[in-house]
Amino acid sequence: MAIDMNMNVLIVDDYKTMLRIIRNLLKQLGFENVDEATDGGTALMKLRDRNYGLVISDWNMEPMTGLQLLKEVRADNKLKQIPFVMITAESKTENVVAAKEAGVTNYIVKPFNAATLKQKLTAIYGNF
Amino acid sequence: MTKTAVNRTLESKLEQIGDSAQPVQTDDIAAVVEAVMQSLSGDVSLAEFRLYQELENLADYIQSAKREIAAIRPDDIRSRDIPMATDELDAVVDATAEATGAILDAAESLERVAASLEEQSGEEVRIIATRIYEACNFQDITGQRITKVVRTLKHIEGKVDALLTAFGELKTAAPATTAPEGAPPPGDDRSLLHGPQLPDEAKRQDEIDAIFANLK
Repeated sequence: MAIDMNMNVLIVDDYKTMLRIIRNLLKQLGFENVDEATDGGTALMKLRDRNYGLVISDWNMEPMTGLQLLKEVRADNKLKQIPFVMITAESKTENVVAAKEAGVTNYIVKPFNAATLKQKLTAIYGNF
Repeated sequence: MTKTAVNRTLESKLEQIGDSAQPVQTDDIAAVVEAVMQSLSGDVSLAEFRLYQELENLADYIQSAKREIAAIRPDDIRSRDIPMATDELDAVVDATAEATGAILDAAESLERVAASLEEQSGEEVRIIATRIYEACNFQDITGQRITKVVRTLKHIEGKVDALLTAFGELKTAAPATTAPEGAPPPGDDRSLLHGPQLPDEAKRQDEIDAIFANLK
């Protein structure tokens, strides 16, 4: 999958600090259009309203968790092809398994670094 | 009371407990135990005597448990200690979020400066900014861990509530206004060690200055 650095990227996290960190790291990697949502419901509305090329989401959110958001995305014919990366502190095997079964594209455990983020995105889009 | 009357009282009490949707109160258990013991008055067999002893031990145990629970002042735990602990933890999350915001402001400024530097120096500064972003992950992890602790405290609060309901009013408990266990006595310098105040309660520097200026 070739990468378009101008594609819209949606990051979802209820911690504004994390949104800011991920946004800055993505900008350092060259992504120009980074959008944010602080909960799963808002994220879903944005996804249905605009075209996004990538979703990066936290898991531990209320009322809609990142896993529920992932399931909603995968159940929606218009959205199901969007790469979805989970960035979360949930590091138990059962979490990774559940996310994989729900169709997650990649899984990053917090705390993470820029190299890991780039590595996971490279795994999706190839070198950039 | 005759044995028949005692049996009727016992039956009535047991029916009342059976019909109630509420958890059984320890006072009700004690009343049943007492009624059973009264029903055993008169000539008793060895088996009845053993039962009498067991019931007496059970009644003593319930009274002793009530005294011990009263001594730890569960009402204080529910009304003061747990809310105070959760407020303090919330304040920790807020303070770390604020500090992390300031650190990120500085890192973003560094990146802007990097753009005006020659290529090699600019790249070095950008790498430093990246390390700062990475390190700021701690705030999210810290917040989540503290949220888990707060959830545990709320769970304990619920259990204390259930305990208070089961044991009814623990009248022997000391009033909630007494100092917490382990607190230094009044007049001791250690009683001035309160730790940081919550933001709503903390005085600003100008208020401190005003108080200071008014002291002789």
